[in-house]
Amino acid sequence: MNEIVLLGLNHTTAPVALRECLAFSNQEAVESLAQLGKDPAVDELLIFSTCNRVEILMTSNNISAAVDAAKKHISTFKRIHPEEYEKALYTLQGEDAVKHVFRVASSLDSMIIGEPQILGQIKEAYRVATENKTSGVILNRLLHRTFFVAKKVRTETGIGGSAVSISYAAVELGKKIFGSLEEKKVLLIGAGEMAELAVEHIIQNRASDIYVANRTFRRAVALADRFQGKAVHFEEIQDVLKSVDIIISSTGSPSFIISHEMVKSCMKMRKNRPIFFIDIAVPRDIDPAVNRISNSYVYDIDDLKSVIDENIEERKKEAIKGERIVDEAVIKFMEWYQNLEVIPTIVSIKNKLDTIVKSELEKTRSSLKHLPEPDLKTVTRMTDSIIKKFMHDPTLFLKGNGCHGDKAFYLDAARKLFKLDD
Amino acid sequence: MESVILIVILFYAAGTAFYTAYFAKQKEIWHQTGYYLLLAGFLIHFLNIGIQHMQTGIFPAGNLNENLSIASGAVAGVYLLLRYKFNIKILGFFAAPLSAIVLMISFFLPSGPSPEPSPVFKNIWLIIHVIVIFIGEASFALACGVGILYLAQEHAIKTKNHGFFYKRLPSLELIDSTGYACIVVGFTLLTIGLIIGSVYAKFVWGRFWSWDPKEVWSLISWLLYAALLHQRLTMGWRGRKAAIMSIVGFAALMFTFFGVNFFLTGHHGEFTK
Repeated sequence: MNEIVLLGLNHTTAPVALRECLAFSNQEAVESLAQLGKDPAVDELLIFSTCNRVEILMTSNNISAAVDAAKKHISTFKRIHPEEYEKALYTLQGEDAVKHVFRVASSLDSMIIGEPQILGQIKEAYRVATENKTSGVILNRLLHRTFFVAKKVRTETGIGGSAVSISYAAVELGKKIFGSLEEKKVLLIGAGEMAELAVEHIIQNRASDIYVANRTFRRAVALADRFQGKAVHFEEIQDVLKSVDIIISSTGSPSFIISHEMVKSCMKMRKNRPIFFIDIAVPRDIDPAVNRISNSYVYDIDDLKSVIDENIEERKKEAIKGERIVDEAVIKFMEWYQNLEVIPTIVSIKNKLDTIVKSELEKTRSSLKHLPEPDLKTVTRMTDSIIKKFMHDPTLFLKGNGCHGDKAFYLDAARKLFKLDD
Repeated sequence: MESVILIVILFYAAGTAFYTAYFAKQKEIWHQTGYYLLLAGFLIHFLNIGIQHMQTGIFPAGNLNENLSIASGAVAGVYLLLRYKFNIKILGFFAAPLSAIVLMISFFLPSGPSPEPSPVFKNIWLIIHVIVIFIGEASFALACGVGILYLAQEHAIKTKNHGFFYKRLPSLELIDSTGYACIVVGFTLLTIGLIIGSVYAKFVWGRFWSWDPKEVWSLISWLLYAALLHQRLTMGWRGRKAAIMSIVGFAALMFTFFGVNFFLTGHHGEFTK
């Protein structure tokens, strides 16, 4: 019988340097599927690699041989000595492997719990495996269950609920202030990855005009180009404050760029329309006193971080519900998997025939009331021997070598043919 | 009629329970149920007042009990409309208990000296005067509730304390525009109500304005709301200031409704004892 085995390492077991070293690009994954898939110990195979993990999922008759083959493949393919990565490696079998796959896809095992990309990445890895014909009955079933479980965890728990990145947290806050970010005007002061990401997220929420200010005007023009916005001089900020709604600031300035006075004086012109400052810079660009002006809100990097921390706590609580959903799914999957043995399948088919024959006999008997008891026994003997004869060939086939190498496939087909699993 | 009012109280109270559950647990079904309970209560309440009016030919606004009952129905009705227009669900957590409590007070308060069913309550203009003013006041009551919600949410955002209220309350923009709508509706109706009342007074007492305490306090409330609207339109008084003003305005209105009756006397007094 083929067993499920998983070999992997992730962000908790391996440092980033090692993960970088072992990560498989798409092309490498395809090559590896072909090479490792040829190994006689490896039956079904799926390789899943992201920046936070590498997982090799296999089914095999001979687990230790398959694991050795996989390790050997990693060493030769990646030109790395086994000693360097072996400590970071985990090997899971059967139920543990199934649970691990479910948890990873549901993002319960992610660095940021609930992050949504992982499911898409697993789907892609599965697609590659099916294209290269390295997945079979067991992995097909396992992966389909995985997608189902992951979706269920996402919809039934709040695991992906509130923002856990600075830029998303800023967007969420903006929505609590403005209702929607549609038609809102944005000013970006300075530059920086986090600030630019926040601007992008705000644009995705259909903000209208984007202004970019930078000490180096050339840089402002370049960024404005990217966001299809308008570059403004640093000296124009005061003027722009009269019309923009959201200001994202991220400069290297040692002193405040936006003072209490500047905001106070523009509020009148704004007719007190709310204004929201997101200060990503350290040291800060916006005087914290600006938060005291009515209808003006200032969040600095620490404020946003504490929002995120709270949300992460929230997600961890929700993850407990997710674990329960995963546990349930593991039990169901293992039921199916264990029935995929030869004896239970043969017994199930025989039982099904028995019940059909019995109920038909009952029906016939009620219309044959004149039939004496001994004759009835003869008829029963006859049906029994029909069942036996009928079962003979399938039993030989499933037990014997008729389906050798691909037993799981025929067992699954048999179970489907006789509808044994519902 | 008494048992009908009891049923209405039950509906409003049940609505309150469901809105409270919605506030705590944020499950859509709680809010839906609360909404329909409140709607059912309001319809029965409305029909009851209508039938009472048809049977006696006298509009039931003769004493404090009857007035409170109308006020309760008006609050429920205005909330249902607001919910329809703005989709501000959480306000039900304020409106439903207000309707329930006011109606309970009306029901359990010993009836004051019921004045001789005065023929003035058959006059259509007086009835419109009363109804319009009550709906206006209910709008102001909800504006006050919205103002409280605004202050709570604004406080949560300003102090960066994203706890219980932050998650449950809608965006500042939605709360603020709902409050503004309440004030506009309330002010329009109060203005119409006051004009009809004074025109009616001209026919009954021969003068538009008689410096009756209730008239004076109504005028004070009216001026407060007028100032709020004026400041909003010209100076952009919105958000926190508008929220505080709608709470202050409603306090003045409450004094007009109760205080004047208990502490001062005038020709409105007899209807509200």
